[in-house]
Amino acid sequence: MKQIVVISGKGGTGKTVLTASFASLAGNKVMVDCDVDAADLHLLLKPEIKERYEFRSGVTARIDRDICQECGECISVCRFEAISQDFKVDPVSCEGCTICSHVCPAGAIVMEENVSGEWYISETKYGPLVHAKLGIAEENSGKLVAKVRQIAKEIAEREGRDYVIIDGPPGIGCPVIAAISGVDLALIVTEPTLSGMHDMERVAQVSKHFGVSTKVVINKYDLNLKNSETIKQICEQADIEVVARLPFSRQVSESIVQGIPLVEFSRNGISGDIALLWERIK
Amino acid sequence: MIISVASGKGGTGKTTVAVNLALSLTNVQFLDCDVEEPNAHLFLKPQIHTKKVATIPIPQVDESLCDYCGKCREVCAYNAIAVFPGDEKKQGSGVLIFPHLCHGCGGCTLLCPRKAIHEVDKEIGVIEAGMCGDMHFVHGTLHIGEIMSPPLIRQVKQYIYRSRTVIIDAPPGTSCPVIGSVKGSDFCILVTEPTPFGLHDLVLAVEVLEKMNIPFGVVINRSDIGDGGVENYCKSRHIPILMHIPFDKEIAVLYSNGIPFVREKKEYFRKFADMFAAIGGAMNGKSSR
Repeated sequence: MKQIVVISGKGGTGKTVLTASFASLAGNKVMVDCDVDAADLHLLLKPEIKERYEFRSGVTARIDRDICQECGECISVCRFEAISQDFKVDPVSCEGCTICSHVCPAGAIVMEENVSGEWYISETKYGPLVHAKLGIAEENSGKLVAKVRQIAKEIAEREGRDYVIIDGPPGIGCPVIAAISGVDLALIVTEPTLSGMHDMERVAQVSKHFGVSTKVVINKYDLNLKNSETIKQICEQADIEVVARLPFSRQVSESIVQGIPLVEFSRNGISGDIALLWERIK
Repeated sequence: MIISVASGKGGTGKTTVAVNLALSLTNVQFLDCDVEEPNAHLFLKPQIHTKKVATIPIPQVDESLCDYCGKCREVCAYNAIAVFPGDEKKQGSGVLIFPHLCHGCGGCTLLCPRKAIHEVDKEIGVIEAGMCGDMHFVHGTLHIGEIMSPPLIRQVKQYIYRSRTVIIDAPPGTSCPVIGSVKGSDFCILVTEPTPFGLHDLVLAVEVLEKMNIPFGVVINRSDIGDGGVENYCKSRHIPILMHIPFDKEIAVLYSNGIPFVREKKEYFRKFADMFAAIGGAMNGKSSR
């Protein structure tokens, strides 16, 4: 079983469009959407939710105003500026460290468990999809990413699937690290813009740092041929293979509007390049 | 006034809007809070004059004072401390700290009965400040392999200089780093694209801002590629659409080369300045009500 994650550093370079195309091209696989705070893969794969679970993670402070003496001890120990001068807890700022509940002399602070999202096991015409929705303004996206990956891996092992195909989040922080750890291949989608290049270099350093095999796809390469050449050179120096160069194509947003994987929206042009790309990494 | 620029979905044009807006105004301070992937400096090319290491406090245990009672492990909500009491003679005893899991809350240090814990600084990133013309510029860069971007974002925001118009470039998404970036803003500009992806993530971003009670409006980028979903949603929810930026190959190429497009397409100076005035007008209308 091979786990392949699509990441990018910079957002909006084409992760989900590529992942959905791989979902269509690959045989016998499980898909995972690890972009849990802005998940979009389901818009293309049209899942039917089979199982639904609460994601419980962390705690939030609540002050019982009937018991509170307003001594201010909690405000002085909180490093997250989560308790206001009138003793209201801002649940968005509270990181659930629980220290206020330990120091409160009146015992007026209780920590309540958060339901910070949901995760799902779904059926699609391409195979199982494990995905999630992080609650609005909730934390612990890294833990939710780890959860959906673990479930997908279990399904793949149980059902003897050949691939786990993972749509990764943007950035280089907590959810990205959870999405790439232990995969067989991290495919970085970049674009020939200074931002895309800058972000690719950073996320490639992260995957290297965690010892993950890494390859690069240059999307919209024809937007700036000079920058595309520079990306090739950067990758050569870092010993990273550039496995494909995909052209700018209006078919991409048209396929998103239609809500189907790009390789099913059209069979020629960029779709042919993606099919070739899949053959090279599968 | 503090205006943040956020989006839900990545790659919709946050940095483009933030940078071009900043260049269209005077007396501006620009904060790039996308510390995982900061990009604004590629466009603004600031002269950096100060560079400061950003740290978070993590615990260090003085084992000559520690009796391995386990209180620190018990109070740590993040499982960042393991305590091994060892045998009766304390053989094999020890305390292990996992710095990557530590949120720097200070609880273990505060609550250790033997005062055996003190805090040391752990580097998580760098904050650089400088000038771009008469614009103040600050950004943070998270070190590779670090997972805690919110503390770095908080530290970047300590540079906020309220007598200027503060423009904050936020990271994508809807979770902690975004919340940390837009918190305290007077207004938030949400940049989206008119596709089902753009709409789906815009709806999430709107929910975040409503929960945080921050007024907002929408900029539709590449407004002629896609469908009418975003437009219809904004109209039905009475969300102000602040600007349309049609797809323009020239803008895309300028972007790819790190050139803010207002420098070449001067008509946009006026559009961004007008947008800012409209935001200010809406804000004043609100506060006088």
